[in-house]
Amino acid sequence: MTTLSFDSSLDPILSRRAEIQKIASASVKRRKVYSKIGIALCLLCLVVACVPLLAIIGYTVAKGLPAWNSAFFTQVTKPEGIPNGGLWNAIVGSLIIDAVAVAVTVPFGVLGGLFLAESDGPIASAVRYAADVLTGVPSITVGIFGYIIWVKTVGSYSGYAGAFAIGIIMVPVIMRAAETALRGVPTNLYEAGLALGARKATVARRVTLPVALPGLITGVLLAVARGAGETAPLIFTIFGNQFMQTNPSKPMEALPLAIYSYSSQPYNDLVQIAWGGALLLMMVILILNVGARLVSARLRRERR
Amino acid sequence: MSDRVYRVLLGVVAGLFGAVLIAFVVAMANQGVPAFSKLGFSFLWSSNWDPTHNHFGILTFLVGTVETTAIAVVLAVPIGLGTALALAYLAPRRLRAPLSTAVELLAAVPSVVYGLWGLLVVAPFFRSTIEPGLSSVFGWTGLFGGANQGVGLLLAGVILFIMVLPTMVAISRDVLAAVPHDQVEGAMALGATRWQVLRRVVVPGGRVGVLGALTLATGRALGETVAVALVIGNSAHLATSLKSNAGTIPSLIVSTFGEASGTELNVLFAAALVLLVVGIGVNALARVFVRSVKRSGAESVAVA
Repeated sequence: MTTLSFDSSLDPILSRRAEIQKIASASVKRRKVYSKIGIALCLLCLVVACVPLLAIIGYTVAKGLPAWNSAFFTQVTKPEGIPNGGLWNAIVGSLIIDAVAVAVTVPFGVLGGLFLAESDGPIASAVRYAADVLTGVPSITVGIFGYIIWVKTVGSYSGYAGAFAIGIIMVPVIMRAAETALRGVPTNLYEAGLALGARKATVARRVTLPVALPGLITGVLLAVARGAGETAPLIFTIFGNQFMQTNPSKPMEALPLAIYSYSSQPYNDLVQIAWGGALLLMMVILILNVGARLVSARLRRERR
Repeated sequence: MSDRVYRVLLGVVAGLFGAVLIAFVVAMANQGVPAFSKLGFSFLWSSNWDPTHNHFGILTFLVGTVETTAIAVVLAVPIGLGTALALAYLAPRRLRAPLSTAVELLAAVPSVVYGLWGLLVVAPFFRSTIEPGLSSVFGWTGLFGGANQGVGLLLAGVILFIMVLPTMVAISRDVLAAVPHDQVEGAMALGATRWQVLRRVVVPGGRVGVLGALTLATGRALGETVAVALVIGNSAHLATSLKSNAGTIPSLIVSTFGEASGTELNVLFAAALVLLVVGIGVNALARVFVRSVKRSGAESVAVA
């Protein structure tokens, strides 16, 4: 009869178990240290990412606010050295160009969105894909396209040419947002409309479009925010104009263009005005974006 | 409006959209091809840009475009991914939503504002602090020769990095947060640390979406015009160090278009055509990646 030995140093199984425990606890320790380091690095990335993004907003506000005086909002751009210059012509120019672009692209984009929402064929998916790709195409090429199609054909730079280029940037945004909003409308509402004998156009006008309205507004706000901030398409289409020009068939000034041309000037008063313009443009665009978010958040709450 | 007329109207709008796109490509090709027929393809790989002596090599600018984009991407991949992981899993729960919204809003800040800030705030800081620091620490690599000027290749790359970061982070965060929870919990149940879960489960699970985000960011960096034109120092010479002035295709077009005529104008159109083709290619690829993620279940992939 053999006797079991309880001396762990002699029992091969127990000593092996102790060894495994040692290795395992070392592994856990090591992995926990790595984990801490990895997580710390990620959080560090977050901080690194936030610094420049906060800095750009901080600087624009700090440098732009002092530029906001009454001349800034009432006077037109003046050459360097002449005091009391403003950006009134650029502000008005931007408003007109963007208004023309919106007036054309909203109906176009919403009808395009209706088409996409009601079709599932290969044509619709091709249009959808093309719209997605168009949103990412370099905006400078859109400007060159506007120059070729409009400026060269008509023979002069104009606000309309600028609105055309900005419109090309806005259309795909509106179209895809409209499609998403329209697809979110419950099918039974659409079918109830048809069951009552209404025509498809009537159902779209009286049922689906009104229900999808908040989503459509979100899309339009985002599209305007996107279009209003573009500079490159305007350089090749509206040319710039240091005087007040409200006729869109003539060369005009616009806010992004004025900021661009003033920012590299060696004169302090012009640079100051560029900061003021940058603050104005950034605020308008952030307000449009926040507005779009509020509308869609409200929509989500109501859906629930 | 009868159903037939309604369908036709929607079809016409969609067709018009397609026609504009086709006109876009055709017009650009039409204006860009003469340069190829006049000069052959050789101007693409000649680095001699001297319009007064009829030398129109754009290789320098192609290289500059690739270099600035590469700097932006090399910085954006680790920092963007780390930030996205932090926003999706690691940051304090109460901060995640507001920080994510803030990052998305920053994608909307107009590029001309980034350019203004880069030129007037970051460039002096680079000249006085960053560039001397990098030169003394990494001078032995030979990458930091020449004078400290602030503007140049490195600054353009860094500004592009800051500009594409929100795109990169917003999309990556969405796809990383959409990795199925049972996989994450399964890994934790097997004893993986938080870092191991992120590295071995979450990042591989969101791989395709992150790749899509990266491709979209690359497309944005390649085509960025005004911000780069303001901070790169616009030089037609091949950069010999990261501090050298350089040029990109968009900055070349925007800085010389106004005075260009004849063959030079043809070459600029050809350069824009190259940019358009590359832009369409990159975005088409990005959309394939982002779409496949959408199909596989991520619910809200940010459209950027």
